[in-house]
Amino acid sequence: MLDVTKDGQGAAGAPVIEAKGLNLTFHTNDGPVHALKDVDLTINKGEFVSFIGPSGCGKTTFLRTIADLEQPTGGSLTVNGMTPEAARKARAYGYVFQAAGLYPWRTIEGNVKLPLQIMGYSKAEQAERAARVLELVELAGFEKKFPWQLSGGMQQRASIARALAFDAEILLMDEPFGALDEIVRDRLNEELLKLWARTQKTIGFVTHSIPEAVYLSTKIVVMSPRPGRITDVIESTLPAERPLDIRDSAEFISIAHRVREGLRAGYEDA
Amino acid sequence: MSRSIPVLTVVAVLIGLWYLAVIPMNAKWEYDQAARNDRELAFGEMVALTMNQERPVLPAPHQVLIGLYEQTVGCDAVGRRMCRETTPLTVQGFGQRVVESVSSNRSLIYHGLITLNATLLGFLIGTGGGILLAVAIVYNRATDASVMPWAIASQTIPIIALAPMIIVVLNSIGVAGLVPKAIIAAYLSFFPVVVGMVKGLRAPDAMQLDLMKTYSAGGRDVFLKLRLPMSMPFLFASLKIGIASALVGTIVGELPVQRGGLGVRLLSGSYYGQTIQIWAALFAAAILAASLVGIVGAIERRVLKRMGMAA
Ligand SMILES: Nc1ncnc2c1ncn2[C@@H]1O[C@H](COP(=O)(O)OP(=O)(O)OP(=O)(O)O)[C@@H](O)[C@H]1O
Ligand SMILES: [Mg+2]
Repeated sequence: MLDVTKDGQGAAGAPVIEAKGLNLTFHTNDGPVHALKDVDLTINKGEFVSFIGPSGCGKTTFLRTIADLEQPTGGSLTVNGMTPEAARKARAYGYVFQAAGLYPWRTIEGNVKLPLQIMGYSKAEQAERAARVLELVELAGFEKKFPWQLSGGMQQRASIARALAFDAEILLMDEPFGALDEIVRDRLNEELLKLWARTQKTIGFVTHSIPEAVYLSTKIVVMSPRPGRITDVIESTLPAERPLDIRDSAEFISIAHRVREGLRAGYEDA
Repeated sequence: MSRSIPVLTVVAVLIGLWYLAVIPMNAKWEYDQAARNDRELAFGEMVALTMNQERPVLPAPHQVLIGLYEQTVGCDAVGRRMCRETTPLTVQGFGQRVVESVSSNRSLIYHGLITLNATLLGFLIGTGGGILLAVAIVYNRATDASVMPWAIASQTIPIIALAPMIIVVLNSIGVAGLVPKAIIAAYLSFFPVVVGMVKGLRAPDAMQLDLMKTYSAGGRDVFLKLRLPMSMPFLFASLKIGIASALVGTIVGELPVQRGGLGVRLLSGSYYGQTIQIWAALFAAAILAASLVGIVGAIERRVLKRMGMAA
């Protein structure tokens, strides 16, 4: 397990997402909004990359652009060497939105099966995969429940299960735990790390929390607003094996410090 | 149980008010009658008389109730012979009377079934058409811009003015009977369905649509797995209005034709001053409407419950 993550950290992983001089300007009634300006970033296979920065710095926009939900106005962006649109059509990624966004008329199992049904998996395979990913996010036994019968944290886990169900190699997550309390968040962070180690996925993860970013990531991308841009990219030196109390280690604190400095610098620039 | 008490209280109050209203409404006739016969009429006597007039201005509740009975399984509906030979108090007798009543043109069951047939056919046409139009409006901007104003305008024409024209036009091309009435019913019921379905099909938010896009789902899947289920609560709300409107349309469509139906009972009752008949027909229509809405509501609860949504 240790080797796998090591592999993802180093230069050995092939580039999965490559942005070069990426620009995205929204034209609004109040004039142009530069959501992304000259963004250069390479994410390699198996990396866990966190995006952190103040509100409005373009974290969501960048993730959505990778997912082909927004169109860049300049620069180049490739996903698995393809255009984002081709990658989306090839179902290269699973996307976890900030709100769980489960369909209320489907059971938890039905929600997890939604992408599988759309992608034409056989009934047997749907059942097998749904059971497997629900097991993975510790929701076995809740298959027949409707979303409103579950807590917010459980709903969020179900939405992660939904994104995992179809074996996309990339997982894009936009503040998936933003609305959850600290304790639940810690648990889900731990689970997410295990899941990442087990599945070797490439993960893009948006967060507002410095400890969360440092705890989870192999690479932390610090962004700042107006215009939205990358101000620092920090390669984590933490080991792959990360118990929760690693957050008290000197190394963790020094990385967190560097992230905080990067955030502060962004504020002063703006 | 706890809910039935307030409901029963309200009903009792309404019936009480109705009885009170009967007295002044029907008093004039009794005083005129007494004056013609050169007779003093005591107040108590007058009150008693207003409650049981043959052609009251406002029939008393019990008169309407008796009228409903007479015109369904009572002697008025089933004829004298059957009236003598059977009693509605045994299951067999009641059954025989209902069977007789179904084919007696003096019976509200007979006329109610005629109205029900046209209502259901019209409701089916209106609902089907409404759903198809809603889909066209949601998926095609040109339809949205060109059809919606007409749909709205169509509802501003009073149906009472339009119904005779529809019937005359259809009659002249040889379409008579059930279909013209059903078309008027459809005309009234399609609109709430269009409005509700358009709203329902547009109910998915940007995130739910984006989710579908990340699966690169086709239009078919987006429709069947997102828009359609999302629109169900809207659809059922519309169906309840639509089926009641279809009944109104049918009754209006029956007025000019005089070939059976509750509308005919209403109109012929007013020709001959048979107010009890009018009120009995009105109540029959109301009971029919309530049952139809109730059935739609029951289906709604079952469907939404299966979809995990509390109705
Ligand atoms: N569809 C849009 N139309 C116009 N402007 C937009 C749109 N989406 C985002 N923006 C603008 O782009 C900028 C970046 O937005 P974005 O949502 O990416 O920020 P964020 O970093 O995710 O913020 P938060 O932490 O609050 O989620 C903001 O100024 C926002 O107002
Ligand atoms: Mg955001």
